[in-house]
Amino acid sequence: MTAEAPTVTVRIPTPLRAYTGGADELLVPGRTVGEILASLGQTHAGLRERVVDEHGAVRGFVNLFLDSRNVERLQGAATPVSEGAVLSIIPAVAGGASPRGRP
Amino acid sequence: MIRLPTHLRRDLEQVVGAAYPSESCGVLVGQVRAANGRDGQPHTEVVRFVQLANLEAERAGDRYTMDPDGLLAADEAARAARLEIVGVWHSHPDHPAQPSATDRKAAWIGWSYVIASVGPSGVTEVRSWRLAGEQFVEEPLQ
Repeated sequence: MTAEAPTVTVRIPTPLRAYTGGADELLVPGRTVGEILASLGQTHAGLRERVVDEHGAVRGFVNLFLDSRNVERLQGAATPVSEGAVLSIIPAVAGGASPRGRP
Repeated sequence: MIRLPTHLRRDLEQVVGAAYPSESCGVLVGQVRAANGRDGQPHTEVVRFVQLANLEAERAGDRYTMDPDGLLAADEAARAARLEIVGVWHSHPDHPAQPSATDRKAAWIGWSYVIASVGPSGVTEVRSWRLAGEQFVEEPLQ
């Protein structure tokens, strides 16, 4: 018998709550970060694409944290998750007065 | 419309002035009230601001990249207080308080972007912007 997938809390930042009907947190099942994001994509159209690209890689303007650890420093989308963990979607923030393209 | 209390604006200007000539940055924490007023725009109430490290060590004079770990901590603290990150603030040393192409590249719809123009004598201008489609639109800053 296959054990049920753990359920984690996914924290949604303000800019992405349009995809969740305003919800700031979702309970999502999955065994890995990738499965969590896939589950999100099935229930909230458009959200997954804002977080990962067509190859499943986390987009450069997003950071994913599993509890307090950046998923990029773990196993990326293959990072296993445990019951009750918190996956935070944190927008990458950058900018400045420098015009785009200026070396 | 975004409401930034006078004491917060004063404190923010001090932080920005102290960081000059480097760009300083951080997030705004508060609440967004749904658009139900005459103007049909959301109203953002800023309760506090958080300064975060600018990771642009070599280009800090005209660029900023916020520390992701600091962003996570700010998000967690906001949620614990039943608040949320409602926007971003950063400074433009010797440059107008208007979004640049660099600002536009990494901007997110749904957040306010407060920009403070700062020079040797301190902050000269503070303006707030929101992304509407592909363009920044200025929003009233009270």
